Amino acid sequence: MSLDAFLKDESTRNLRSLLKAVILITIAGAAVSSRLFSVIRFESIIHEFDPWFNFRASKYLVQNDFYSFWDWFDDRTWYPLGRVTGGTLYPGLMVTSGIIYHILRFLTFPVDIRNICVMLAPAFSGLTALATYLFTKEMKDDAAGLLAAAFIGIAPGYISRSVAGSYDNEAIAIFLLMFTFYLWIKALKLGSAFWGALCALFYFYMVAAWGGYVFITNMIPLHAFVLVLMGRFSARLYVAYCSWYALGTLASMQIPFVGFLPIRSSEHMAALGVFGLLQIVAFVDYVRSQVPSKQFQSLLRSFIVVAFILSSAALVLLTVSGTIAPWSGRFYSLWDTGYAKIHIPIIASVSEHQPTAWPAFFFDLEMLIWLFPAGVYMCFRTLADEHVFVIIYGIMASYFAGVMVRLMLTLTPVVCVAAAIALSNILDVYTNLEKPDPAVVAAAKAAEEKEEKKSGLLNAARGTVVGIYATGSKLTVVGAFTFYLFLFVLHCTWVTSNAYSSPSVVLASRLPDGSQHIIDDYREAYYWLRKNTPYDAKIMSWWDYGYQIGGMADRTTLVDNNTWNNTHIATVGKAMASREEVSYPILRKHDVDYVLVIFGGLLGYSGDDINKFLWMIRIAEGVWPDEVKEREFFTSRGEYRVDDGATETMKNSLMYKMSYYNYNTLFPAGQAQDRVRGVKLPAVGPTLNTLEEAFTSENWIVRIYKVKDLDNLGRDHASAAAFESGKKKRKSKAGKAKGARKLRIV
Amino acid sequence: MSKSRPAASAGAASNSNNPLTILSALPARYLQTTPSRTKLIDAFLLFLIFTGAIQFLYCVLAGNYPFNAFLAGFTATVGQFVLTVSLRIQSNPENKSEFKAVSPERAFADYVFGSVLLHFFCINFIN
Repeated sequence: MSLDAFLKDESTRNLRSLLKAVILITIAGAAVSSRLFSVIRFESIIHEFDPWFNFRASKYLVQNDFYSFWDWFDDRTWYPLGRVTGGTLYPGLMVTSGIIYHILRFLTFPVDIRNICVMLAPAFSGLTALATYLFTKEMKDDAAGLLAAAFIGIAPGYISRSVAGSYDNEAIAIFLLMFTFYLWIKALKLGSAFWGALCALFYFYMVAAWGGYVFITNMIPLHAFVLVLMGRFSARLYVAYCSWYALGTLASMQIPFVGFLPIRSSEHMAALGVFGLLQIVAFVDYVRSQVPSKQFQSLLRSFIVVAFILSSAALVLLTVSGTIAPWSGRFYSLWDTGYAKIHIPIIASVSEHQPTAWPAFFFDLEMLIWLFPAGVYMCFRTLADEHVFVIIYGIMASYFAGVMVRLMLTLTPVVCVAAAIALSNILDVYTNLEKPDPAVVAAAKAAEEKEEKKSGLLNAARGTVVGIYATGSKLTVVGAFTFYLFLFVLHCTWVTSNAYSSPSVVLASRLPDGSQHIIDDYREAYYWLRKNTPYDAKIMSWWDYGYQIGGMADRTTLVDNNTWNNTHIATVGKAMASREEVSYPILRKHDVDYVLVIFGGLLGYSGDDINKFLWMIRIAEGVWPDEVKEREFFTSRGEYRVDDGATETMKNSLMYKMSYYNYNTLFPAGQAQDRVRGVKLPAVGPTLNTLEEAFTSENWIVRIYKVKDLDNLGRDHASAAAFESGKKKRKSKAGKAKGARKLRIV
Repeated sequence: MSKSRPAASAGAASNSNNPLTILSALPARYLQTTPSRTKLIDAFLLFLIFTGAIQFLYCVLAGNYPFNAFLAGFTATVGQFVLTVSLRIQSNPENKSEFKAVSPERAFADYVFGSVLLHFFCINFIN
C-alpha cells in the first residue's frame, strides 16, 4: 500500500522521471553496445553489398558540396550508360551522416566519415528505442513504454539490419517509422494540425530515407478508413489526416526519386482515396448537424456509399486506361507471391525476398512472438482509436513478414509494442501490492457462509472480493516472467553475437585449436584491382559485387546492386552463360577490361558464382530466349552438374571456364575436387582463349581475368591459341601478352 | 458535431421530408446561425475553391506541360483549403468537447505553422 502510494504520488514525480531517464539511457546504452560485436571482433568496416554504395555516396557528399551531390551523374557505374545518382537514390541516409560529419567538425571532433557511417545504425537504434517508448506510452502508460523500448533495443529482428557497419537505409528508417507513427497517433488523439504537420515533416524525412515509406502511406489511410467504417469519424480524425496528407504528399514529391509518384502510382492511391472520402464524410457530417431528419440521414448515407463506389470506379478506370501506373513488380509480388518467380527473376533471385520459415520468427523475436497475439487481444479489449492502429499494423506487418524475410524488420516494432502492452498488463495485475480492506473481506466471508447454507454449489465463483491477493501466486507469476525476461536478454545476445555480427567482406573460420582464421580474399582482390589496373578499367562481374567493386576497388563496373536496367544485367548474364566466341564480342563491345568471378570450390564457400549461375541463365533467358536456354545446362536427367557429367553447354560456358581454369593444377592428376558441389572434376581442365588469368586470390575465392586484345594477325583467338601451343614456345606467348598489355595502357 | 442539433428547425423539417425543401432552407439557416468570424473563413474557403477550379480548368484546356507548376499551384489551394477547414473545425465552439487540448488561439498558431510549411514546399516545388 505504502509502496504503491509512493510510486504513484505527485510528490515523487521528479524521482520517477529521473528513474525513467536513467532506464531510457541504459536501454540506449544496451542497444548501442549489443550492436558492436562485429566492430570489436573484426574492424570498423562497412558490411554487405548495398552499404558500400551508400558509403561511397556519403564520401562524395562530404568531399563535394550538397548541390553537386544532388546533381551527381555517376559515370563509374553501369558503364556505357552511367547512373543519374541524384535522381535515383533516397538521399536521407547520406545527408544525415553528412550533417553529423559537419557538426562534429564544427565541434572540433574531426571524425572520419567511415566511422560515422559505421556507427550510424547503432546510434539511431538508441533513438528507435526512445521513439518506441513514446509510441507505446500513447497506447498504454509509461511502464509499457519502457518495456517496449527495452524490447526493441535488443530484439534480434531489428539488430539484424542495424549492427555497426550495416550502413543501410533501414538503419535510420525504423526510427523514422516509429516516430512518424507516434506523431500520427499524437495528432489523432489531440486533433491538432501542429502534430499533423510534424508528422508530415517526419514522413518527408522517411520518404527521403527509405523506399519503405509506402508502408506508412498505406498504414495511415488504412487506419483512418477503418475508423470511418467503425463509425468513429471525428473532427480530430479530419484535422489530423488532412494536415498530414496535404503537407506530407507535397513534401514527399520534393524527393527527385519519388517525383510525381504520389499522384501517379497505385501504391499511393489509398491515401488519396481516403483523403477524398474524408472530405465527403466531413461535409456530410456537417450538413447532418444542421438538418434533422432520419430519412435525410439515410439519404446522405447512401450518398456516401455512391460517392465511394464512384471514386473507386474512377480509380479503376484511370488505372486500366494507364493514367495511373499499376503496382510495381516488387510491390505486386507481395500479393501474388508466385508472380516474381515467373515474370521477374531478378526479384525472386534475391535471397531476402523468400517467404519466412517458422523458426525465423522465434529466432528473431523469442518470447515476444507469443506475447504478441496477447497484446493485440488486449488492444481489442480497450479499443480506443489508437489501439485500432496497433491492431491493423500488427495484422498487415505479420502478413508481409510471412511473405518476405526482409519485412521481418517492419514487424519487429509492432511485436515489441504489443508484447510490452501484454506484459505490462500482466505485471500491473501481479505486482499490485494493494490488499482488500479486512472489514470488506470479513463481510464478504460472512455473506458467503450464509449463502453456503442455502446451496453448496460453486463456492469459488461467488466471492465478492475479486482479485489476486495471495503473495505466493503473485511471486510465482512475477518470478516466472522475470525469468523469461532474463532469458530473452540471453537469447538476444546470443543471436546477435552468433548470427548477425559477421561482416560478409571478411570470412571468419575457426582453426582446430579454436583460434580464429580470417579469410580476406575479397579485399585482397579488390585492392589488387585498385593498385594494378588503370583508373578507367572496366570490370565485369555479376551484379552482386557491383557496389563492392565500386567502393573498394574504385573501378568502373557494368552492373551493380541497383538493378534498374534488367536488360543490361541480362547482357552480363548472357556473356557469362555463352560460349567464348559469343561472349568475346559482347565483352569487346562493352569495353570490358577485366572479368571478375567468385569461386568457392577450394574453400567450400557456397555463395559463389557457380551456385548463382542458374539465376544468370534465367535472367539472360528472359531477354534472349533463343540464345540462352536453361534446359541446356541440365543433364538429360535434369541434374545441374559440374563434373564429368556436365553438359557441353555448361562446360563451354564462360562462367564454368573462368571458375575452373587451372584449378586441376592444384591437385594431383585427376584428383581435382570441388568442395561446394562435393564432386570430382574432369581430369582435363577447361581452356580459355579470349581471356587470360590476371589474378587469383589466396584461397581462390576471387578470380580476375583480363580480356585479351584482338589478335595482331587478325586470326580468331582459338586458332591463334592453337598455333601458339603448336609452336610450344612459352617465350612468344609471354611476349604476346606483354604486347597486348602495352596496347591497352596506351 | 451531430449532438448540437438545434430544436428550432426540428419542427419545420419534420413537416416535409422532401430533400429539396430541406436543402433550400439551409442557406437562410446558415446566414442566421453562423458567427461572422466563421463566415469570413467560409468566404476564404469559397475563394480557394474558386481558384482551384480555375487552375484545374486551365490545366484541362491548355494542357499540363509544366506539371510540377500545376501541381504546386493546385496543391497549394487544396492544402490551404484543408488547413482552413481544420481551423474552422477547431475554432468552432460547438466542437469544444472534441478538442480539449486545442484552444482557438492555439488552433490559429497551428494554422500559421501548417500554412508556412505548405507554402515553403509549394515554392520549392514550383521551381
